[in-house]
Amino acid sequence: MAGIYLHIPFCRKACHYCDFHFSTSLEKREQVLQMMQRELEQRSGFFKGVAVSSVYFGGGTPSLLSGAELGQLMELVRKNYAIQNDAEVTLEANPDDLNPEYLAMLSQSGVNRLSIGVQSFRSEDLAAMNRAHSAEQALSCISDAGDAGFSNISIDLMFGWPGLSMEAWKDNVKQALDLPITHLSCYGLTVEERTALTRKIAAGEIETPDDALAAEQYLWLLESAETSGIPWYEISNFCREGFASRHNTSYWTSEPYLGIGPSAHSFNGVERSWNVSSNSAYVQGWERGFRAAETETASEPERINEYILTGLRMRRGLDLSTLKSAFGPIVHDGVLKRAGEYIDSGALLHHQSRLAFTTRGLLFADRITAELFSDPV
Amino acid sequence: MEHIRNFCIIAHIDHGKSTLADRLLEYTNTVSKRDLQAQVLDDMDLERERGITIKSHAIQMDYELDGKRYVLNLIDTPGHVDFSYEVSRSIAACEGALLIVDAAQGIQAQTISNLYLALENDLEIIPILNKIDLPSAEPELVKDQIVDLLGCKREDIIPASGKTGMGVFDILRAIIDRIPHPQGDAEAPLKALIFDSVFNSFRGIIAYYKVLEGEIRKGDHVKFVATGADYHADEIGILRLDKSPRDVVKTGDVGYIISGIKNAREVKVGDTITQVGRPCLNAVAGFEDVKPMVFAGIYPVDTDEYEELRTSIEKLQLNDASLVFEPESSAALGFGFRCGFLGMLHMEIIQERLEREFDMTVITTVPNVSYFAYLTNGESFVVNNPSDFPDPSKLDRIEEPYIKATIITKAEFVGSVMGLCIGKRGEIVNQSYLTTDRVELIFNMPLAEIVFDFYDKLKSISKGYASFDYHQIGYRASDLVRLDIRLNSEPVDALSALIHRDHAYTFGKKICEKLKELITRQQFEIVIQAAIGAKIIARETVKALRKDVTAKCYGGDISRKRKLLEKQKEGKKRMRQVGSVEIPQQAFLAVLKLD
Ligand SMILES: Nc1nc2c(ncn2[C@@H]2O[C@H](COP(=O)(O)OP(=O)(O)OP(=O)(O)O)[C@@H](O)[C@H]2O)c(=O)[nH]1
Ligand code: SF4
Ligand SMILES: [Mg+2]
Repeated sequence: MAGIYLHIPFCRKACHYCDFHFSTSLEKREQVLQMMQRELEQRSGFFKGVAVSSVYFGGGTPSLLSGAELGQLMELVRKNYAIQNDAEVTLEANPDDLNPEYLAMLSQSGVNRLSIGVQSFRSEDLAAMNRAHSAEQALSCISDAGDAGFSNISIDLMFGWPGLSMEAWKDNVKQALDLPITHLSCYGLTVEERTALTRKIAAGEIETPDDALAAEQYLWLLESAETSGIPWYEISNFCREGFASRHNTSYWTSEPYLGIGPSAHSFNGVERSWNVSSNSAYVQGWERGFRAAETETASEPERINEYILTGLRMRRGLDLSTLKSAFGPIVHDGVLKRAGEYIDSGALLHHQSRLAFTTRGLLFADRITAELFSDPV
Repeated sequence: MEHIRNFCIIAHIDHGKSTLADRLLEYTNTVSKRDLQAQVLDDMDLERERGITIKSHAIQMDYELDGKRYVLNLIDTPGHVDFSYEVSRSIAACEGALLIVDAAQGIQAQTISNLYLALENDLEIIPILNKIDLPSAEPELVKDQIVDLLGCKREDIIPASGKTGMGVFDILRAIIDRIPHPQGDAEAPLKALIFDSVFNSFRGIIAYYKVLEGEIRKGDHVKFVATGADYHADEIGILRLDKSPRDVVKTGDVGYIISGIKNAREVKVGDTITQVGRPCLNAVAGFEDVKPMVFAGIYPVDTDEYEELRTSIEKLQLNDASLVFEPESSAALGFGFRCGFLGMLHMEIIQERLEREFDMTVITTVPNVSYFAYLTNGESFVVNNPSDFPDPSKLDRIEEPYIKATIITKAEFVGSVMGLCIGKRGEIVNQSYLTTDRVELIFNMPLAEIVFDFYDKLKSISKGYASFDYHQIGYRASDLVRLDIRLNSEPVDALSALIHRDHAYTFGKKICEKLKELITRQQFEIVIQAAIGAKIIARETVKALRKDVTAKCYGGDISRKRKLLEKQKEGKKRMRQVGSVEIPQQAFLAVLKLD
């Protein structure tokens, strides 16, 4: 398995909570897209012949792409890489962009999976978040997508948002679970530094998020998604059987991925590298024929820690036998020993040479993960 | 012996001692240009990072003047008050001192106190007007001050610049002409004064000494008088930028000895080295014991490291004779040591050196001064630790140490300096104008009020134009209380503080707020309370953490998240579990950063 990620670094307006790399100025759009095409050509040797099983347009807002723009990118992807016939081709979209014509175009371009940024079905939340779409659009776009032939649809919801009561959250989740979707991503709000949200909270315009409530919302979600046949398979991801995101799964299983576009990350199995998070620096680099990026080769303890970190994100858990064969029995025994107290307290489950979080453990996944990390040498 | 000169460089902090030492080393070709970085004698990382001298540093130079060859032993000393013990020991190995005065700053508090130290030891003083290159230098004015202070002639003062090298040859000539050569019977049995020592993990303990009488030869069978232990002088030599082995070190000279001693307790600064076969009749008087100003507990973060901490402190003590310690225990922290320091900077440096040089992660508890308690039944004792504070019902009175503080500042800052000192329970004793613009203020103040952040505050309200020196002047009865901190109702003795009743409420409130900031949220609520006896005077809560899980973890998040969690795990090693609550290392020193 291997995946290609294309980062479309533009948005119509900035959502208050967002710290992704994007620009609301479309000035550089043409140049950036042109350079992304160049990058696709230049880095065609990246996978060394391994077939690509997923292509993912993320952002930013990929649904800002015109049919022609998307078509060109797809063409270069197909031309330069060995894309499997049944490859998963996902595009992140905002509901306000998904009118029937646009959906038809997407489907013709080869996109076969949509990841729609719904966030909430309540207009007060959407307004407070500074999202571009309305509550009606959030609903209608999904049936329109079905009409356009999309059968693999994921939506994003957010919990822990200030002002989102438990009842409101339950409503959001119920509405989502009633829709013809195959996949659900639910993210607990993270107040990132240098976002409008941080400023607004500091200024008292938005109340401080209540993490006790967020915890309750998460637990309720885990349970109701389970009973509705869309159980969790990763900390923030839920799907019907067989509909796990192939692309995102590659991140958690240490598969290689190639990231194209400003701020996109790549991993070739050994090295991690990331393009500059600046549209103009990205463009300037490629104009001069080089990739403005940083590279990092993880040391062995760091690779072990990344393996633990990503493995534990998945419901099926950390594969201890692979850990043992890749890093040796001492590492394996160390992890298991440190896991002991969490297995005893019921936060972790040790089963068939895998270590996985229980629902209770999930709430404190970060600190438990940190405890399992190998000690620096 | 006639060709030897032993001298130290003394001054107020930052007046340019180490920089001038660089020039002396350069002009005598002791250190090659290539090796000559700025303040080359400040060779500890901590000294370089902070730009101050912490340790005295001895080095020998050769110099030829008027056809004669001389050996000059230089000792660069620190200027900060907390390290004045370094100065006093260096002075004991010298016959003269260069008294450096910054031409822009003039005479400052430690110029005076270090001068007195040198005069008490009958050192020949060579006054040097330094930093003459500065545009803000006021040479004539400062010369007046120096003449006033020393009663010397104007022409005795050498204008110089450690930066440009101006005056350096004049200084070298003055050292030879004006400083007397050492005296001592070269034929007498060996008598050498140990004035410093250091632990070296490869070579054991290295002791630095000055030979007062007789001589020491490589291979000699020698004895350390106070400890009574005897050794073979495996290696002796003199101090260049590195150690330089010799076969003999003679009367009047300064040198080092390595004799395979591994146990820190066997070497005591101030001890006398003599020959086993031909001992000297009486040992050198040695040094007065230092009187610590502040006390604090030092505990290993990992309780298993108690013994290791003990050996580390012993080894560190070799190189810092002003550090005193004794074992103590705390209900919250287990076994550790109550240590005495000369000030807060000293305490900070000791903690840093333990971490860097000995790889010990330690917790330092709330510092306090030393009190006298008098009980109603007539008993009395010293209180160096809040937990020794007696039950108020049995207490007749408690006395706290007072100091005489001398502050020299510019006339325009007199008002704010007064305000600060009075706020710290100071009483003005005297105010005198040294010149039209420079005022000397003398206060009697409780020592406890100045050891924490007084100096920093003084510097900031006077924009740096205030210097400060102090001496203990005895004890006074005072209305003190013990403020206890409780975490989830459990008292944490290591966070207790002794404080004047009038300040207790504000202090209690601030410390609770500070702890709230520093204690990371845990899976349960943490109630922080400040109490005097059974009475709660302040309260804060750290809300329970309900959720600690990253929402998104895709391509770019993985290594970032890994680093974050690795840092978190590392941070946990610096936490100490007290009851059910994890307290970060810095929290114990939080009191010092209150405002
Ligand atoms: N302009 C000028 N600056 C100087 C001179 N001598 C020293 N300095 C500067 O003054 C500062 C303090 O110099 P040091 O030599 O470290 O002073 P010190 O007296 O050894 O300081 P402590 O050992 O910490 O008491 C440094 O920034 C030096 O660069 C000089 O002659 N002229
Ligand atoms: S649309 Fe997506 S990428 Fe753009 S600002 Fe909103 S959340 Fe961020
Ligand atoms: Mg210095």
